[in-house]
Amino acid sequence: MDSLNTYLFIAAILFSLGLFGVITRRNGVAVLMGIELILNSANLNFLAFAKFGGMNMSGHIFALFVIIMAAVEAAVALAIIINIFKNFHTINVDDVQGLRQ
Amino acid sequence: MTGNMIMDYSLLILFLPLAAFVIQIFIGKRLPRQGDWVAIGAVVTTLILSIAMFTSMLIGHDPQFAQEASFTWLNMGAFKIEMGFLVDNITITMLLVVALISSMTHIFSIKYMEGDIRYSRYFAYLGFFTFSMNGIVLANNLVSMYMFWELVGVSSYLLIGHWFEKDSAADAAKKAFLTNRVGDIGFFIGIMLIFSTLGTFTFSEIFDSIAAGKMGGTLLTFAGVGLFLGAMGKSSQFPLHIWLPDAMEGPTPVSALMHAATMVAAGVYLCVRLFPLFTPDALIVIAYVGGFTAFFAATIAITQNDIKKVLAYSTVSQLGYMILAVGSGAYIAGFFHLVTHAMFKACLFYGSGSVIHAMHHALHKKHDHETDPQDMRNMGGFKGKMPITYWAMLISTLAISGVPLFSGFLSKDAILAGTLSFAIHQPIHFLLPVFGFGAAVITAFYMFRLIFMTFHGKPQMAELYDDIHESPREMTFPLILLSTLSVFIFYTLPYFNPFSDHGWYTELIVASDAAVPGNPTSHFIAEGIHHAHYPAMAISLIVAAIGIFLSWSMYFKKKISADDWAKKLKPMYNLSLNKYFFDENYNRFLYQPFLKLSSLVAYIDWDLYDKYFINGFGRVTKVFSFFTGRMDYDGLDQTIIDGIGRSVRHTGGALKFLQTGRLQNYLLFALLGVVVIVLVQSF
Repeated sequence: MDSLNTYLFIAAILFSLGLFGVITRRNGVAVLMGIELILNSANLNFLAFAKFGGMNMSGHIFALFVIIMAAVEAAVALAIIINIFKNFHTINVDDVQGLRQ
Repeated sequence: MTGNMIMDYSLLILFLPLAAFVIQIFIGKRLPRQGDWVAIGAVVTTLILSIAMFTSMLIGHDPQFAQEASFTWLNMGAFKIEMGFLVDNITITMLLVVALISSMTHIFSIKYMEGDIRYSRYFAYLGFFTFSMNGIVLANNLVSMYMFWELVGVSSYLLIGHWFEKDSAADAAKKAFLTNRVGDIGFFIGIMLIFSTLGTFTFSEIFDSIAAGKMGGTLLTFAGVGLFLGAMGKSSQFPLHIWLPDAMEGPTPVSALMHAATMVAAGVYLCVRLFPLFTPDALIVIAYVGGFTAFFAATIAITQNDIKKVLAYSTVSQLGYMILAVGSGAYIAGFFHLVTHAMFKACLFYGSGSVIHAMHHALHKKHDHETDPQDMRNMGGFKGKMPITYWAMLISTLAISGVPLFSGFLSKDAILAGTLSFAIHQPIHFLLPVFGFGAAVITAFYMFRLIFMTFHGKPQMAELYDDIHESPREMTFPLILLSTLSVFIFYTLPYFNPFSDHGWYTELIVASDAAVPGNPTSHFIAEGIHHAHYPAMAISLIVAAIGIFLSWSMYFKKKISADDWAKKLKPMYNLSLNKYFFDENYNRFLYQPFLKLSSLVAYIDWDLYDKYFINGFGRVTKVFSFFTGRMDYDGLDQTIIDGIGRSVRHTGGALKFLQTGRLQNYLLFALLGVVVIVLVQSF
């Protein structure tokens, strides 16, 4: 269980779960959580390649960047969701369809 | 004077009057004095230039002098039309005549036309006419001559119809234009015959080709007669003479300029220019037309009472003389008569204008608008009141009657000598000199009748007599100048023999030989004229004396009663008074049938052709249009055009449901897309 494929397999499962969450959840916050999962699957990939791919520290640094970016994204996205809630009184993304014909 | 200067002067002489015309027609009314000084300045300048050219001709003294210049005007491969000038002694003399009479007319018109509502336009047209006439004089080929020929016709039309409010003036203008058209068709046919055979329009080339025998016989005779038809129209020869007397409806100075001195002389000028190409047969036609016209018009002039009508028929008769001279080969004599006649006939017209002017003012003062100011029966005894007019007209009358010491004697004598010599060589044509001498008697008679009725005897309308005054200086000056120029000396210098035309004219203007092989040479003709000179002079002196004596005893002494003779010769008198019923007969036998033919053609055109063929065609088109319309609207538009639109709408309507607005759906589609791409990649 100590091979690259194991890590990639787990990361792929994590990515699929995240994507599933993004596509199926109606709750805006849950969609955000799905996105976090996707980002973390990417992080897992970075670290796995850093370990097995001989890329030294660059994989770790990328992972750190992604974590920072995820924090920032979460802040912005939560702010957007709060604003959506203020305007539409819901955070159900299906009900927010003002751009539709 | 060098050749270049001659050409420059000719160009200026041609185009100055045109420039004056353009200025006058566009801004004439806004200029001070309505711009008459522009027109007068232009023609007087041309007069000065003409005098300069004439002087250089006299000094150069070269009978063979000729300058030619031309440029290609139209070039269509084989078909080339050139425009050009030919300046020789005849041209220079004619330019001087035109410029002189034109200037005098302009000056005379200042007072005569004073206060006219179209004063500036009148001067514009005079300038236009002078331009056109100079164009004819300078032309060196048939096409440019034909163009200017037509322009002269147009300006004549405009000037005759100057007072177009009067129906008679408008009708006279139309009549002049249309009658000229008849002759011009002949002219055009003649030009085309020559061009189609010889391929050139230029006079000198035509003469060379004919001399080389490239064209001759009947074809050339027809071409010559065709060209002469044009001359008949312009020079008002029988049977196309009908327009000239009516043209007197125009202002009198116009009559003097165009219908006495220059325009009508264009026909004679054409014959003089083209003389070498006339075949003997064509010349016989010309001679008889001219001779008959000379005699026939004179017989009409005897009985006319309108002073201008007398002069009009006299002009027709004198033009007949010139044509007769061309026909009998003495064309140089014909041109000589053209020059002298221009002077004294213009003078006579100015004289009549002066008299009419005086009558008009006198009648105006009496508020009499019924009496005809041109009727000689209302005049009489004007001699004391209008001395300058009287003497000028008397001198001109002496000249036209062929009295020695005056110019008409010389030129008429030359013509009669030419005619006589022609008849001596060909006795079968004895009628020609009979016409000539007969016309001379009658001319002397009716011209003195005019003088006696107008200026002598008792005033016929005594109440007018006190108001008759001599005309102002602008009008008497041309009279004095032109009557002076009717004295023989101006034509015989540097010699002083009043009985011989020997002088600058005969020395400088010499006949050229006929181009047609077999025609008598100019030397032969000159010999004949020389031999016939003294008999002709004797006879013409006698006939002039007879004419003057008859007139004197009838209208001055009243020893013979004119009325008695009129009664005795009632049928002839009526014929003459009514101008041989020419207008009536033309009306009955030409115009009315023509009108009937026109209405028949109109019937065929409107009621048959238009109604059935054109309208039928329209109906068929309408039916076709209906069907194509249905095809277009119901077929094409409904199915294809609208069909495309509809299908686009349906597709769009179906596809719009894909646009849910749900972000997650779009993401799902994107995911499906990725899956598809991956699948495609991996196989």
